[in-house]
Amino acid sequence: MATPVTHYLRTSKMPHIWCPGCGHGIVLGAVLRAIDSNGLDKDKVCVVSGIGCASRAPGYLDFNTLHTTHGRAIAFATGIKMAKPELKVIVLTGDGDAAAIGGNHLIHAARRNIGITTVCFNNSIYGMTSGQYSPMTPTGSLASTAPYGNIEEPFDLCDLVYAAGASYVARGTAYHALLLSKLIARAIATEGFSFVEAITQCPTYYGRRNKLRSAVDMLKWQKEHAVSVAAASKMSAEELAGKFRIGELGVRTRQEYCRRYAGLMETAQKEEAERDA
Amino acid sequence: MLSSAGARLMQGNEACAEGAIAAGLRFFAGYPITPSTEIAEELALLLPKVGGKFIQMEDEIASISAIIGASLAGAKSMTATSGPGFSLKQEGIGFASYTEVPCVIVNVQRVGPSTGVPTAPAQGDVMQARWGTHGDHPIVVLCPSSVAETFSLIIEAFNISERWRIPVVFLMDEVIAHMREKVVVPEASAIRIVERPRPQVAPDEYLPYAAGEDLVPAIADFGSGYRYHVTGLTHDETGFPTTKASEVDALARRLDAKMRRAAPHVTFVDEFLVNDAEVAVFAYGVTARAAAKAVRDARAQGLKAGLVKARTLWPFPEEHVRKVAERVRAIVVPEMNMGQLVLEVERSSAGRAEVVGLSRVDAEPITPDEILAKLREV
Repeated sequence: MATPVTHYLRTSKMPHIWCPGCGHGIVLGAVLRAIDSNGLDKDKVCVVSGIGCASRAPGYLDFNTLHTTHGRAIAFATGIKMAKPELKVIVLTGDGDAAAIGGNHLIHAARRNIGITTVCFNNSIYGMTSGQYSPMTPTGSLASTAPYGNIEEPFDLCDLVYAAGASYVARGTAYHALLLSKLIARAIATEGFSFVEAITQCPTYYGRRNKLRSAVDMLKWQKEHAVSVAAASKMSAEELAGKFRIGELGVRTRQEYCRRYAGLMETAQKEEAERDA
Repeated sequence: MLSSAGARLMQGNEACAEGAIAAGLRFFAGYPITPSTEIAEELALLLPKVGGKFIQMEDEIASISAIIGASLAGAKSMTATSGPGFSLKQEGIGFASYTEVPCVIVNVQRVGPSTGVPTAPAQGDVMQARWGTHGDHPIVVLCPSSVAETFSLIIEAFNISERWRIPVVFLMDEVIAHMREKVVVPEASAIRIVERPRPQVAPDEYLPYAAGEDLVPAIADFGSGYRYHVTGLTHDETGFPTTKASEVDALARRLDAKMRRAAPHVTFVDEFLVNDAEVAVFAYGVTARAAAKAVRDARAQGLKAGLVKARTLWPFPEEHVRKVAERVRAIVVPEMNMGQLVLEVERSSAGRAEVVGLSRVDAEPITPDEILAKLREV
């Protein structure tokens, strides 16, 4: 029997700051169900975030929680994980936080394969500063800093992180909430660096400028544009144009960074002992 | 190999690394930059031997962020850099200051601004160390003037940071960092180590930012059963964000008062021939070495000169300077910058003595002769 998510919430800190229709609550619920299905001890979970709408999530969670500077959550998390590898360290971040200002930390954490799980709440916009374009805003979309339409192209964040070396990479959406929870649960169970892109909706700052006025419109958009990994493998490039894949996009086994460091410590201490002998 | 107790020939950067380990350093994150690099190199070698962790991060911002994270998980933490890297760390230093996370930031200064002269000495980061980050914030800045002092003072840096939950900037200069001198390494048992205040109450009674009489709240390590929230947003005693005017005000004032409370315990000043002096030099870092020679030379020529050597630059030892200013005719302040700390000496003297700056900004150290000439002039 699953524990109710309220067990993991600081309900006294509610109501939350997210706008009506925002998908972040659905993603957060998926995170909590994933933590629950992994049977983690609350005292051994550490949730870290940067700045932005998604990054306010840890304040509502009954774990060791740290709300840091913009873009740096993974770097703070790296220090926590190295100092106490027995902690389960989870980073909750937004697309601006993770892919723009924090892009460097994201790819290097993946390269090191340090045992941190990162969930990127991707709503394709800067919500907290009211609707400027992000590195994940689709080309042609309108934003307050893209009044003539965005001329930049977004990252494929999952491809980027997997190419950088992560052990586990997956994508889900707020619409496919149960799948999302499963993907996050597997990410948390992974020993190395794991990354889940959670596509979520911002009707307030993205939708209303881009003919997706309501949360329902945006959830429908997610449903219509998501293609499962299995289905995508049978589709042509033309059929896949304008769609995105959901599910497990990359899984590999690599030694985790803190484990490697433990090996290094052992070698160094052995050398020192031999020198003293 | 870690130094055993006894006399050793050590480089300044090496003394910084070894002193830090002696103080209990167990986590270092850094990004290489001249002239601080040997600190990272030394710690990459030594930390794993004592069960500590070293990581070379992808940049300076990642490094300061990682040491704050590690400190919250209970490890005594440090990073080391030089001017340009120090600038990049400023947002993180502000975060550590506001969230009261103990950590030590070493800045081996080089000529600036910008990339400047990477391999030459300067003392241009005195004001950056104090005011580099945004907002009013407490900070302690220590500055060694010999290799032996580097070893002992970095231990104080950790003790102060842990005791008062204030980030400590360890402001070195290139000459001290790269020179080699004798250091007498004490027995481990003779080194005074201070631990951070930890909660004495049960987890459900713990208020992470409720301070006792000394204005320092107790800090619980992440993972130790105290689940609490840390944020760089203005927070109340519970650690959660607040925008309530009275609480915003209370936090700023407590941090300021905490710094004032700490000041007498963190202010280190050495005097040399000041008692009967008619003129004095106020100096720090390598410049204090030249000043000591200048003072001796002045005495040999019949001019009663003295030296006030600051090992603490911030909080500025204003009381100390005021007392000296009451006794002497003039204070000379030689600095390898256009005149940064001279302004504080002037402020503290408040007209009691003439204050004269002496700048050298050509990437060369100030010589004893230059200081002597100025002493004879005032």
